[in-house]
Amino acid sequence: MSQSYDRGLVEDFGRWREFSAGMWAWIFHKFTGWVLIGYLFTHIAVLSTATIGEAAYTNTISGLESLLVVRFLEVGLLAVAVFHILNGLRLLFVDLGVGLEAQDRSFYASLVLTGAIVVASVPTFLAGAI
Amino acid sequence: MADYYSSFDPKGSRWFLQRLTAAFLVVVLAFHFMLLHFVNHAADVTFMQTHLRMQQPGYFLTMVAFLVTATFHGVNGVYNALVNQGLDGTPKTVVKYGLILASVLLIAQGIRVAMAMAGIIIGPAA
Repeated sequence: MSQSYDRGLVEDFGRWREFSAGMWAWIFHKFTGWVLIGYLFTHIAVLSTATIGEAAYTNTISGLESLLVVRFLEVGLLAVAVFHILNGLRLLFVDLGVGLEAQDRSFYASLVLTGAIVVASVPTFLAGAI
Repeated sequence: MADYYSSFDPKGSRWFLQRLTAAFLVVVLAFHFMLLHFVNHAADVTFMQTHLRMQQPGYFLTMVAFLVTATFHGVNGVYNALVNQGLDGTPKTVVKYGLILASVLLIAQGIRVAMAMAGIIIGPAA
């Protein structure tokens, strides 16, 4: 069942019209993964203000949250995290050999569900900023 | 499309640990987002609220486990993505140890932050 698969280089993006659903799932999972690990380092850097003092921590967070662009970036982060979680669950099932015939449909379902959750969350994330 | 393929050697420990940490992170990342964006809004977070949460041993340990597993999962994912892109030889060794160093520093700083939040160590007055 297990086999190697030569995807070629992602840099050959001129091939995008030939990409299958599985290839898009692979690219989106890598992209969202890169964003999330980058954010983790940034997140710890911001939270490090807690080592300076209570006021520094509270003021930094409230200062960042007062910026509209930060609220939109948080919506983007939610989109990235939700897709990575849902597609990650899909990958766990694939690794367990469950639903192999539905890999394309489960990828599309991950995208649709991500979109629905993100759209429904926009009012919560922008509350008080607009 | 019934073919099965993965960026990892299916029998490797890195592959297994990536899946194991993924299963944990799916739950904890969703919990983290729910708690700090929907139950409590990020804009309303204060040091005192964070301090009260981090004082609970179960929450503190969950967050430290979250930090360690997320760092491993992310850095291991980056390493495997680069290897998958053809990284080899000396650059591969340099990247490997660079990522290990970055992980150790991130986890050490994260634990330092968690301890400050829990009041285990007291930083200079604000």
